[in-house]
Amino acid sequence: MEDRHQKITGAEILIRCLQEENVKFVFGYPGGAVLNIYDAIFNQDHFKHVLVRHEQAATHAADAYARATGEVGVALVTSGPGATNAVTGIATAYMDSIPMVVISGQVPTPAIGMDAFQEVDMVGITRPCVKHNFLVKDIKDLATTIKKAFYIAASGRPGPVVVDVPKDITAQYFEFSYPKSIEMRSYNPILKGHSGQIKKAVNLILNAKRPMIYAGGGVVLGDAAEQLTKLTRALGYPITNTLMGLGGYPATDKQFLGMLGMHGTYEANMAMQECDVLIAVGARFDDRVIGNPEHFFSKNRTIIHIDVDPSSISKRVKVDVPIVGHVLSVLTEMNELLEADSGKPDQAALASWWKQIEEWRGKNCLNYDRSSAIIKPQFVVEKLWEVTNGDAFITSDVGQHQMWAAQYYKFDKPRRWINSGGLGTMGVGLPYAMGVQLAYPDAQVACITGEASIQMCIQELSTCKQFHLPVKVVTLNNRYMGMVRQWQEFFYGNRYSESYMDALPDFVKLAEAYGHVGMRIENPADVEPALREAFSPKLKERMVFMDFLTDQKENVFPMVPNGKGLSEMILAEEL
Amino acid sequence: MKHIISLLMENEAGALSRVAGLFSARAYNIESLTVAPTEDPTLSRMTIVTSGSEEVIEQIIKQLNKLVDVVKVLDLNDGRYIERELMLVKVKATGALRDEMKRMCDIFRGRIIDVADGSYTIELTGDGSKLDAFLEAMDKTVILETVRTGASGIGRGDRILKI
Repeated sequence: MEDRHQKITGAEILIRCLQEENVKFVFGYPGGAVLNIYDAIFNQDHFKHVLVRHEQAATHAADAYARATGEVGVALVTSGPGATNAVTGIATAYMDSIPMVVISGQVPTPAIGMDAFQEVDMVGITRPCVKHNFLVKDIKDLATTIKKAFYIAASGRPGPVVVDVPKDITAQYFEFSYPKSIEMRSYNPILKGHSGQIKKAVNLILNAKRPMIYAGGGVVLGDAAEQLTKLTRALGYPITNTLMGLGGYPATDKQFLGMLGMHGTYEANMAMQECDVLIAVGARFDDRVIGNPEHFFSKNRTIIHIDVDPSSISKRVKVDVPIVGHVLSVLTEMNELLEADSGKPDQAALASWWKQIEEWRGKNCLNYDRSSAIIKPQFVVEKLWEVTNGDAFITSDVGQHQMWAAQYYKFDKPRRWINSGGLGTMGVGLPYAMGVQLAYPDAQVACITGEASIQMCIQELSTCKQFHLPVKVVTLNNRYMGMVRQWQEFFYGNRYSESYMDALPDFVKLAEAYGHVGMRIENPADVEPALREAFSPKLKERMVFMDFLTDQKENVFPMVPNGKGLSEMILAEEL
Repeated sequence: MKHIISLLMENEAGALSRVAGLFSARAYNIESLTVAPTEDPTLSRMTIVTSGSEEVIEQIIKQLNKLVDVVKVLDLNDGRYIERELMLVKVKATGALRDEMKRMCDIFRGRIIDVADGSYTIELTGDGSKLDAFLEAMDKTVILETVRTGASGIGRGDRILKI
């Protein structure tokens, strides 16, 4: 009994570790293998446990919490099905480099490999979709492993880390000692960029005739929006953001050309294609961004690429000046060099470049029929932007509505746009909104979704009720899986195979059944009043589910068809 | 082009599967892979024989470096190196074949390490092409069984992969 005073259970050690990491929320769902941990949670008040209705939502909500705050998100799930349900959320976070620690229960050590009840090889299953993972086999390693997990998740290029904890470990006793810092000989992310390369880049940047800044999610994740904005304004150069980078530069600024890529603006894609010096910052030239790589290479340009992950550089596109380092550190150094340097960009060349860009901009590629008698989905997003003064946190699901949200909600601040860019996970929107609303209880949080996506995690309406989360759901309901239908219209001869959402629920009644406020909006004239009511002080504490019946045949434009080049966009006016 | 990549990694359960998983997940070629602990029991040394364009090899090296368990990676093809592989071959050894097999073994500087009534087991080391040459020189019908370790590689002179 003597040393039991110094020793605590593995479950208690785990809780103390989370406390040491200053964790405020744990998103989870109990089960057999984690009962000891849940018992320890019962006796603590250092963090709040948020009970979801499906483990997928636990990982999505933890992921969104991380996206909105920059802190590491934490999820806790049981073994077997609890663990496998969490995998979609882990893969989603992995693709977008989100810092997250997922603790999964495991069957007791002696039962591992015995096909025990609710046993699954979680370390094996998640290996390809985590930054790293651990199986804790000895209680003496537990605290150090948790420390490593948080360190790995948050440093370098961030990502999710899974810690699989067998049940017997959580019941054993051991002294608690949490390491202050951790050194790993095998893991030393490069943070500071090479000074010589940075100088070379600045020189190229100053000598550009048709410069273009292309900034991605790394700017948001690396908290470098301020330095990027400073650099861009000092140079007077045009800038585009990727889907993941939105908010990394103020969208209402005149130097901002809008998002680029498959559904990017005409001006952003044309400038990307025609520039002579491209400055890529925390972006990875993915297939949805540059379209056909060969078409992209058909133009000569010098590429400077800043990224914290060496493997992102020269992966899809060969670059001329690679700079491996944290974007914040590199951009800060660039700004210092620019301030000290007497060199200025060639103003005459820049003026003629801007003249060209304004010509492209004159296409007004995001125009749509504002006088339509049917609600246009773009109109809903524009009105939402107005009603929330452009200052809400917007989460989205995946599909047409996601693209319209990205195109028409002008994000001026980083970490306001929360979506699954890499994996494209339908169903993230609602749990994402939960994670954000918990982080910022007083903020306006809206989930822009579709009637297909929202049904993939609709059970979380119950979690919203339990935790009083006044999320506003904006459903752009076109009775189709819109993006699937759009591709079928363009590339499959209008054969709408299985893309029609039949037998939809009455979302108003559904929301009410969960104890929320439901609204159905069918006329354009009612869009703004409905949004104003939803965001009014009267409904400030309530979750509101708005079901907007929108134009069934509306498509997302511009569009770079699969396999085409960036300058080969289809525009709305051309159809 | 064929490349031999050497790496040091933490000698931990699952480390091997992280490397093997990386190659299959990213569709990289893998011709052979050998792994064993080093004189420092906390480290394993792995030799991977792979092939691909320069861009692919560059990505392979970067992706290997990115694995949290991997301590150090070296592309042996960046300099001078030695490659060795061990092969055990069981061959038919009856009648006149008994002498012929012995002769072949001597020509390739192998050793007979097991003798049975109807067969010899020959041990042979060398680079991959020497082992290939031995097999090609043999009549296919006399080869009863072969087992190869896959290549191990080491840099020449003061090219040392160590932490």
